[in-house]
Amino acid sequence: MPMKIALTGNYAVAYAVKLAKPQVIAAYPITPQTPVVEKLSEFVESGELKAQMIRVESEHSALAACLGAALAGARVFTATSSQGLLYMHEIIHWASRVRAPMVMAVVSRTINAPWNIWPDHSDFLDQRDAGWVMAYAMDNQEAFDLTLQAFKISEDPEVYLPVMVGLEGFVLGHTAMPVEIPDEKDVDAWLGERRQPYVVDGSEPIGVGGLTWPEDTEDMFYGIQQAMERAKSAIKRVDAEYGKLFGRSYGGLIQCYRCEDAKYIAVSMGAWSGELMESVNMLRDEGYPIGVARIRFYRPFPHEDLWEVARSARAVFVFDRAISFGSWGQIYADLVAGLLLHTNKLPPVMDIVTGIAGVHVSAEDFYAMIKKLIEKVESGHNIGYFEWVRVRR
Amino acid sequence: MVKVVPPVDNAKVPLTKPVEGVGGKTGLWRTMYKPVVDSSKCTKCFLCEIYCPGVCIVVDPVKGATINYDYCKGCGLCTDVCPVKAISMVPEE
Amino acid sequence: MEVYTDNCRAVEGGIMLYEIIFLGRGGQGAVTAANILVQAAIYEDKYGQGSPFFGAERRGAPVAAYARVSDKPILRRGIFSRADAIVVLDHKLIDIGTLKRYIIKPGGALIVNAPQGKGISRELVNAEGRVAVYIVNATRIAEELKLIVAGWPVVNTSMLGALARVLPAVSIDSVARAVKEYFGGRVGELNSEAAVRAYKEATFIGEV
Repeated sequence: MPMKIALTGNYAVAYAVKLAKPQVIAAYPITPQTPVVEKLSEFVESGELKAQMIRVESEHSALAACLGAALAGARVFTATSSQGLLYMHEIIHWASRVRAPMVMAVVSRTINAPWNIWPDHSDFLDQRDAGWVMAYAMDNQEAFDLTLQAFKISEDPEVYLPVMVGLEGFVLGHTAMPVEIPDEKDVDAWLGERRQPYVVDGSEPIGVGGLTWPEDTEDMFYGIQQAMERAKSAIKRVDAEYGKLFGRSYGGLIQCYRCEDAKYIAVSMGAWSGELMESVNMLRDEGYPIGVARIRFYRPFPHEDLWEVARSARAVFVFDRAISFGSWGQIYADLVAGLLLHTNKLPPVMDIVTGIAGVHVSAEDFYAMIKKLIEKVESGHNIGYFEWVRVRR
Repeated sequence: MVKVVPPVDNAKVPLTKPVEGVGGKTGLWRTMYKPVVDSSKCTKCFLCEIYCPGVCIVVDPVKGATINYDYCKGCGLCTDVCPVKAISMVPEE
Repeated sequence: MEVYTDNCRAVEGGIMLYEIIFLGRGGQGAVTAANILVQAAIYEDKYGQGSPFFGAERRGAPVAAYARVSDKPILRRGIFSRADAIVVLDHKLIDIGTLKRYIIKPGGALIVNAPQGKGISRELVNAEGRVAVYIVNATRIAEELKLIVAGWPVVNTSMLGALARVLPAVSIDSVARAVKEYFGGRVGELNSEAAVRAYKEATFIGEV
């Protein structure tokens, strides 16, 4: 029988990993991720999870250990946050470029300095060019489901790329919510044994990632891009079969909330989409036709799905919880470029960068921002393209 | 357990396996001299085998050092590291 | 005059949403109480959230934990400073002004671990309207049941029982079951009994 228990986001990830039965876990502690691997080490100690827990001296080594084990044929997992993720960055590129299936949880925390432990999306989005499939959860149940699905997607021969699952620290990571956990035998049957494109098992000398001519190297990178394209259908397929088996399907790469007849679309990613949806309910009560398109997978970027939602919009408002200094939010840049693949007549697309460094943006804040923008559009005013809203109370 | 399944598009992956002479017969790089072993002096200390950058010297514990001239670049390092001066560079025809 | 938390703002629009703050000292189990409350909500097919304060904490320092309970999936996130009910695990936190930093919504409730006869001064409460005050001697209940950990009486589970008396969203049966499951074994049973005792002993002492 599936069971429903109160779990923090961190523990939800740990429970999902336990069900995926990795053979190797390597990690280094960092706030706010630490409880993920603490819980996993409890599972290992109690014998509930038969995995090798490698304690390393840094995040760089944590991912390097995972990479080595993955190439040797093990299902592996690691988790980190912020500075730890940055310290891993070199190996993050290695993992995707040698096509090593693996799963990492990124419990988001603002990139320092100054020292800050609260969540924005800066650490997660900093990895956008690394060739990983990148998913981001809105609540603890989704963090659980995405983590489990990440193993399936990563080990799909259509994909064969590492997958990172993001969730905001504290707001999800340290907050208990109801999480339904499926039966172990059902998960075993669905997930199956580990698959990977090659194994370095010691039976013969083999070099991974040695000096390669430019043309061959380019071919390999082209292969990653092709895999990303195929990942779009793999993600939807996994979402659908998971829904059929375990009762929860999220709609693929994006989740639409009250978009059917919406004339305005708010685009977001992560936990604060909850507050955004609540503000949309408030605005709907007042007759404003607005919906939310929530990005569940940032890589591959779901421009086709977003175009379907945004094609008849009067305006699109993007809420970015990170910024590429000197330009604008990363999601905004991707969205505008992505929509321009489908049309040369864009509706007004406005970027609102807010909630940076863990500043809380409430439903009322979203409500006020969106209402002001809609009224501007309705009265024929130009809404501009970018604003950094610093919420203070 | 792990199952090896190739990527659906048989995408290239950056794997290499060691094979002899992947860079061609580097013996052709020798210009004037080649190392020659005086087996009566060789003490089978293995230093030349360890130091040879072309991996073309093999030391047999009984017979001593032999050099594979197909791949010997003629760099002369072996003559320098040999502690008993059993290897010397001699002009080639 | 048992239930005061029925006219809070979040109930408007037909959505039931209770927001609760637990005030205690680091190590008293405020966060655990919030998390157990979520499990109690699950037993009633309701939804919940339980959070610590988002930051650093240490034993003995004043700390807060936060919980939400609703009959619908909860969209809002994060911690808050306005609550329908505030549960105070150590009444000295009222005297030193900690309670005053948090707002109790109109019609809300304040539930305090204090000996019988303890009065609550209006000046030390930050209330937007009338607030019902309950006290229960959770420290004595813990001492009687020998629920002592590292020298401190365990009061969080009792205070959850007292909260169930005031909060219509969860029943004492669900709270007692959640407490029992959380700790398991003999410790679970003792804590569960503490919750039930506090539920019965919680006394309404008036409004501030």
